[in-house]
Formats: sequence, structure tokens, C-alpha cells
Amino acid sequence: MPFLSDQALERLRNLEIAPDLSGTRYSLGEFIARGGMGAVYLAEDRKLSRRVAIKVLDAADPGGQRADRLEQEARILAELEHPGIVPVHELGRLADGRVFYAMKFVEGARLDQFLARLPSLSERLRLVLRICDAVAFAHSRGILHRDLKPANIMVGAFGEVLVMDWGLGKVLPRPSRQSRAGGDVAPGGDSEDGLVVGTPGFMSPEQTAGSSSALDERSDIFSLGRLLEFAVKFPVGGRSAGLPLSRPLRAICDRATTPDRALRYQAVRALSEDISRYLDGAPVSAHRENWGERFLRFYRRYQPAILLIAAYLLMRTLFVIYSRR
Amino acid sequence: MPSENAPIAGGNFPLTRWSVVAAVRSDDPAERARALDRLCDAYWKPVYKYIRLKYSKAPDEAQDLTQGFFAEVLERDLLSRFDPAKSRLRTYMRLCADSFVLNEIKHAGRQKRGGDAVHLALDYSAAENELDKQTIDPATIASPEKFEEFFEKEWIRSLFSSAVEDLRQLCNTREKEAAFALFESYDLAGNNVSYSQLAEARGISVSDVTNQLAWARREFRRFAQDRLRAVCSTEEEFSREAKALFGGKL
Repeated sequence: MPFLSDQALERLRNLEIAPDLSGTRYSLGEFIARGGMGAVYLAEDRKLSRRVAIKVLDAADPGGQRADRLEQEARILAELEHPGIVPVHELGRLADGRVFYAMKFVEGARLDQFLARLPSLSERLRLVLRICDAVAFAHSRGILHRDLKPANIMVGAFGEVLVMDWGLGKVLPRPSRQSRAGGDVAPGGDSEDGLVVGTPGFMSPEQTAGSSSALDERSDIFSLGRLLEFAVKFPVGGRSAGLPLSRPLRAICDRATTPDRALRYQAVRALSEDISRYLDGAPVSAHRENWGERFLRFYRRYQPAILLIAAYLLMRTLFVIYSRR
Repeated sequence: MPSENAPIAGGNFPLTRWSVVAAVRSDDPAERARALDRLCDAYWKPVYKYIRLKYSKAPDEAQDLTQGFFAEVLERDLLSRFDPAKSRLRTYMRLCADSFVLNEIKHAGRQKRGGDAVHLALDYSAAENELDKQTIDPATIASPEKFEEFFEKEWIRSLFSSAVEDLRQLCNTREKEAAFALFESYDLAGNNVSYSQLAEARGISVSDVTNQLAWARREFRRFAQDRLRAVCSTEEEFSREAKALFGGKL
């Protein structure tokens, strides 16, 4: 009988039982990652000769909640056609009854891995703006993400930002909105009450309280505020601390993450506009500046022109002084 | 006592859903004997190692105590007192082993078992080799909770080792030695290689590696689940244990 080391035991306990993709157009590749409902594998689409990612349930769950949830996730992704949201190619069932869907295979790094080699504050803020764009688009289609966190943000090889894992997505009940993902795929609003969904540290107080029916776009805005703070403060590789939060940025984060939803930004667009204003050196709505801060911001914004004028005035003064001697 | 790693599939233990807890009380002596085999198969190494380390017993003493413990389980029908609603079987077995060893220490002058006492043919040298490889310092297992963790881990090691052996025998029978070699290299030895490196080294395609590994893993999981089911007393207990063992993946 073989002796199994502790490491081997751990590997065997966490073995990924690869799905049998026979009967589909895909050939299975390596295991990529594990989520709450199942696993994601690399696969090759034989018809189109391209690599895709396959998300598949751990076990057949016909008519069960997990199968419904994965189908819902695929339909949400299908509805959200946006450059910042990973496109889904196919939804189906394997021979063993497991639900799966195929999506674009994203080559790149997770947000934290990417930030570790991104020292520029403005680049980091632009990255957060692209996340905001994708979430704002989802909100415009009446869909909440509910689990925005660094692990669910991928940055592709060409700098494209993708919001991943819409497994906890919620279709907002709006009678006037005709969502293709709505109706049968929408998780019951009130039926989820009492169920805490999200990730500690990034989920809003109303999510922590388990009041699913009370969630709206402002819950995602809370998570975006936490992501903004994370993006600024995450240390560049090798250093112990990240970038400092200036007072305006601190105020933006505070407004996005205030416990009282009525005092938060009421739309992602408003949060994006404040971040953009900060990037442009303009005043942000979340922070009332004093005279010193206003002067400093003015100086930073127009620094080259101010320095040129100052240099010109200095030279003129020196010229006048020397010409009088 | 048959070999310690007789496979469930095609072996001498019928493919029934009878658990050892029920079977060990069967009226059929053959059924009882097989159940005891299965019980010993799953528990003798954890019990032996546990006695060796927790009570700092020399190998020969620990061997006597292990033999004596399983004899007592049978003679005093200890499993009849096991209530699955109150605890897990392995917790019960560990507590019984504790109680037995403490009792033996208390009555140190007790006459040694012999004659018609149950004697199990167990490969103690293999257990000693494993302890050597593990290089465990008993001083690092300082609390009762740590010994519980140790017993738990040894139980898992015993269950998985048997399942790996089942898989090896199945691969030999079906001439799928290549699949077992891949499983051994990638999942057991943990060689840090990619599927494509494995494929290149063996002159096969990456999809062959994927398929063979997938098959071996599925069979390993099935063997482990079968062995686990055999030492659980109810389907609910099995479901709970399997989820805990495989991190929620079934």
C-alpha cells in the first residue's frame, strides 16, 4: 500500500473531478479555478479552433437551486454584452446531467496581481473607472452583481478590464423593464431574504443584514467604493504599503461606502464622474475644499503654466534690477 | 484476516450498502467476519499510530494494545453501543481506544491475551515505516485536540491509501497502467509539471493526459466513497462525511 504524504492527502481531498465533455464540441483542458458552485476549466472549441473557459457544476443537480443558479448566471452574461463583461458562448448540459456554460477564456491577471505591478495612481483610477463602466451598464439593464471584489476582476493581456463571476447576480424586479434574463431566471427577491450573499469586506451593510429584497444599485456602489480604496492602497510588488489616499479620494470612498444608502452616490455614473474629476484636477462633489486645498489643486492642475509665468516674472524682475544698476 | 487492502469492487466484500456497524452484528458469521475485516482495514493504522504517539508506547507494546483493542471491539460488541446520532464512528473508535488503553495501563499486571483470543495479521512494519517518513515529534502534538486532529488525519490517510490501492489494482486488471502512472505522478507525487509536459514526456496528446487523469480521479473518488460508505452507518452520515472529506465536492 502506498504511503501518502500530507501534501498528497490535501491534493486528493481537493481533486478536481474533470467533467466528461464527450457529446459537446469541446475538448477538456486544465483546471483553472474553483467557485462556489463549481469549477472552471480551460477547453478547446473544436469547431472554431479557439480556447474557451467552461464553468461546470460539481454534481448533477437537475431542477435544483445550483443548476438554476448557473443557468441564471449564463443568461445574465448573455444579456450583458459589454467589453467589460466576459461573453458567454453556450449554455448546456453534459451527458451526466451537469449544467455547464462556455465563455471567453480570459488570459490575464487578477486585479490584485495586476495592481502589484501598477505604481501609477492615475492608471489605477482609470482601471477602477472601467470597472464602474461595466457595472453601470449592468445596472442600466437592471442587474446587480452583488459580489464585486478583487478576485472577480480580471485584467487582460491588453489592459482590458473584465468583471467576472456573476453567479450571485440579481435581476431587479422592474415591471417596466423587459429583461431577457428576467422572469424564470431571476432569483426570487423576497425568497432570498435572510440569506447573506457577498464577500465580507466588500459587501454592503444591507447585504450583511441578509435583506436581499432591499438591495439595489447602491449595494454595488458600496462594493465599488471598497474596490476603489483597495486599488489605491494595494502595495506595488516588493513594497509594504500602497499609495496614500488623498483627502478628496478618501471622501469619494467614504461617500460610496457610507452605511446609510441615502447618503451614498445614487448611481455608479456619479461615482465615476467624481473619480474622473479627481483625475482631471477638478473639485469632487464628495469633498468641500478649504482655500489651501483649492490653491494646491489649482497649482497642480496648471503647474507648467504657473511655473512658466513665475520663471518669466522672475527673469523680468532680475532684468529690471540689473538694468537699473 | 484478509489482506489489508482488499478492494471493494471485485474483492471479498460484497457490494452492498451494509455498513460495518450493522454488519458486525449480523447473525451470519461470515458477514460478521467480513465486517470486522473492513473495520480493521479502515482503523488499525490510525489506532496503532495513535497509541504509539499519544501514549508513547514502544512498537511491541502498541502492537499488543492494537490487537487487544480490536479483540475487545469484537468480544464486547462495542459497536452495539455506537449511536450515529451522537457522534461519528471514528470519534467513537478513538474514544474506545483511549478507554481501552487507559484500562490496560491501570491493570498493568493483567494476564496477556492468548489462546482463542482474536489475532489480526497486521503489517506493523508498514505502519512503523510510515511513522518514520512522517517524522512526527510527539512533543508537537501537545494537546488532546491535536491528537484528535492526528487521528482524523491518519484515518483519512488510511482510507485514501486503500482507495489508491484499489485504483492500482483496477488499472492493472484493465491494463490502464498508464493512467495510474499519470495519477501517481501528477496527483500523488505532486510533480510540478503541466499536462503538456506530461504529454510530451509520455509521447501522447494533452487530451489523452486530461482524459486518463479524469478517469483515474473519478475511479479514485468512487473507491474512496465506497470505502467511506462502508464505515458509515446511515446514508445521511455518509453524505455529511463525504462532503467534509472532499470539501463539498461529490
